[in-house]
Amino acid sequence: MATIVEKHKSDVILSYLRPRKKFPSVWCAGCGNGIVMSALIRAIDNLGLNKDEVIMVSGIGCTSRMPVYLDFNSLHTTHGRALAFATGAKFAQPKMKVIVITGDGDALAIGGNHFIHACRRNIDITCILINNYIYGMTGGQGSPTTPAGSFSTTTPYGNAEKAFDACALAQAAGASFVGRQTVHHAPQLEKLIMKAIQHNGFSLVEAMSNCHTYYGRLNKQGDAVSMIKMFKELAVPVTKAKTMTPEELRGKIITGELHEDNVKTEFCDEYQRMVDAMAGRK
Amino acid sequence: MQGNIACVQGAIYSGMRFFAGYPITPSTELAEGSARELPKIGGRFIQMEDEIASIAAVIAGSITGHKAMTATSGPGFSLMLENIGYAYMTETPCVIVNVQRGGPSTGLPTKVSQSDTMQARWGTHGDYTAIAVAPSSVNDTLTETIRAFNLAERFRTPVTILLDEVLGHMREMVTIPEPGEYQVINRIKPTAPPDQFEPFAMTPNLVSPMPAYGEGYRYNVTGLTHDTMGFSTNRADEIFPKLEKLRNKIENYTDEITKLRVEMMDDAEIAFISYGTVARTSMQAAAIARKAGAKVGSIQLYTIWPFPDKQLIELCARCRKVIVAELNMGQIVHEVRRILPRDIEIHTVQRYDGEILTPLQLLQKVEEVM
Ligand SMILES: Cc1ncc(C[n+]2csc(CCOP(=O)(O)OP(=O)(O)O)c2C)c(N)n1
Ligand code: SF4
Repeated sequence: MATIVEKHKSDVILSYLRPRKKFPSVWCAGCGNGIVMSALIRAIDNLGLNKDEVIMVSGIGCTSRMPVYLDFNSLHTTHGRALAFATGAKFAQPKMKVIVITGDGDALAIGGNHFIHACRRNIDITCILINNYIYGMTGGQGSPTTPAGSFSTTTPYGNAEKAFDACALAQAAGASFVGRQTVHHAPQLEKLIMKAIQHNGFSLVEAMSNCHTYYGRLNKQGDAVSMIKMFKELAVPVTKAKTMTPEELRGKIITGELHEDNVKTEFCDEYQRMVDAMAGRK
Repeated sequence: MQGNIACVQGAIYSGMRFFAGYPITPSTELAEGSARELPKIGGRFIQMEDEIASIAAVIAGSITGHKAMTATSGPGFSLMLENIGYAYMTETPCVIVNVQRGGPSTGLPTKVSQSDTMQARWGTHGDYTAIAVAPSSVNDTLTETIRAFNLAERFRTPVTILLDEVLGHMREMVTIPEPGEYQVINRIKPTAPPDQFEPFAMTPNLVSPMPAYGEGYRYNVTGLTHDTMGFSTNRADEIFPKLEKLRNKIENYTDEITKLRVEMMDDAEIAFISYGTVARTSMQAAAIARKAGAKVGSIQLYTIWPFPDKQLIELCARCRKVIVAELNMGQIVHEVRRILPRDIEIHTVQRYDGEILTPLQLLQKVEEVM
């Protein structure tokens, strides 16, 4: 038995969960949030970050509960405002690694303004946006990423609105690292998160995830497993996508590193340069 | 120096090193002054995309260990309120300056008002106890700002400074205090080792020590009602003490927080009760009335919230009449009515046309009620 206990104790995931309270989680069994959380933990572990120097910020939603379970400085804020809090935290303490966990409703609906401005500033925050096409926590209402025509409790006859492409939005707004992966591709997601954390500037990782409880059920996509399999079929790596026509790409999810700019300056660095220049002028 | 700039100076004296804001008349000079001064002294200024983001950044700045402030005016204060509630719930010290203008809505951007007085007490949803202070001169603005920061740090709570358009833009002589001249209070840091640290512990004075993120105490901060470890709870036996803590850590110390200026009240038969710039008019009117032989006094509320019930009841015990003067349709008068005995007549002077009250208007009221 001892070996099983030891193995359990050396489990990398367990070593990042809060030691004293808080499990089991509020998430439904099979929710994609768990896969994203594991990928995030492994990415952080691979990078050897000091737990004390990480601040995890989130808003409100199922997704946004993630930091509460993780043994870092965690800031579970108001709906949509995670990036605004994170901007304050990073700017106040630039030496800290600030990672934001946010949902599609949190980041792109109520928090849309903060999202584009965090991208524009190119502040060194890693934003992990878990896109499950729907509002999970409030019971399956439409979100800015709900695909046109698909069903939610507030689009009972099919969504008449159009969806945001979060990655294209982030790139256009000035984010200097943008990537997308699905929960079917956990190892690739882990690598993408690692690169995003290492990147100096605003980085967005859009993680396509399953809310089988609401989105899956309302759109007849089956349970967690069949939804995750669906992500496997829909994903097209960015290199392959370049060889495909727009018709072939319709309904597909383009994955991988979509954009990287290492020339654009980072906001906190820029502020520091201004302060240093002022001191020099004195 | 201008009132708004005196506020920046007071904040810097108190150790403010982080300001996040969004411009709005008549508070804009607070952002401009902070943008100019903070980088010179190792502080940080950021102009956020709106007021919601500004207060969010200020709260996060405070949790990472800085004394932090934002400034706004009516419409911006309304936008901030959800996150101000977050600061109450998470017990995060910070200072919010509301340079009041006429409303509702965009109202009167360059006109004076005191119509956010109740909003500073009850603006955000839920149950909590608020601290708000109100200076009446430019010099006061500097010293009350220092007091606001001290109260915020002492009680781990947001503190609102209520200025008004006239005070924000008025210029008067100000003496910048020497270091050490005023006490500056800093938040208490934990001494327990991190593995025994309870971030929202019930201490004897109900204020829990507060580490900064990055100092080795990794803990959870949430706006959900939480237990002493900072984890959300639905248990009545954990919810009740948390909310009682928010209330009692302030209400048990009202005497320490209350500040009044009391003039000519020893034998007064009629008392003015007022705050902000109106208090100066009241004081002047009382002095003029005295010269004419009327026994009029003045009580100025420097602390508006928590309301100084006990002190006012004692001070007004020998008065027959009080006159509550304010630049709104009647906000503080409700508090005065709540606490004073029925045999004291309560009169009001209210103005809400964007103009200030003059001593003449107050003297007319004295004559009318005498
Ligand atoms: C100001 C405000 N408005 C609305 C809500 C209610 N609310 C809570 S979570 C949520 C949506 C969450 O959706 P998403 O961000 O996609 O996260 P998910 O639950 O799907 O992970 C909403 C609307 C709130 N908490 N605060
Ligand atoms: S409701 Fe959806 S998003 Fe929320 S935990 Fe369940 S599966 Fe996940």
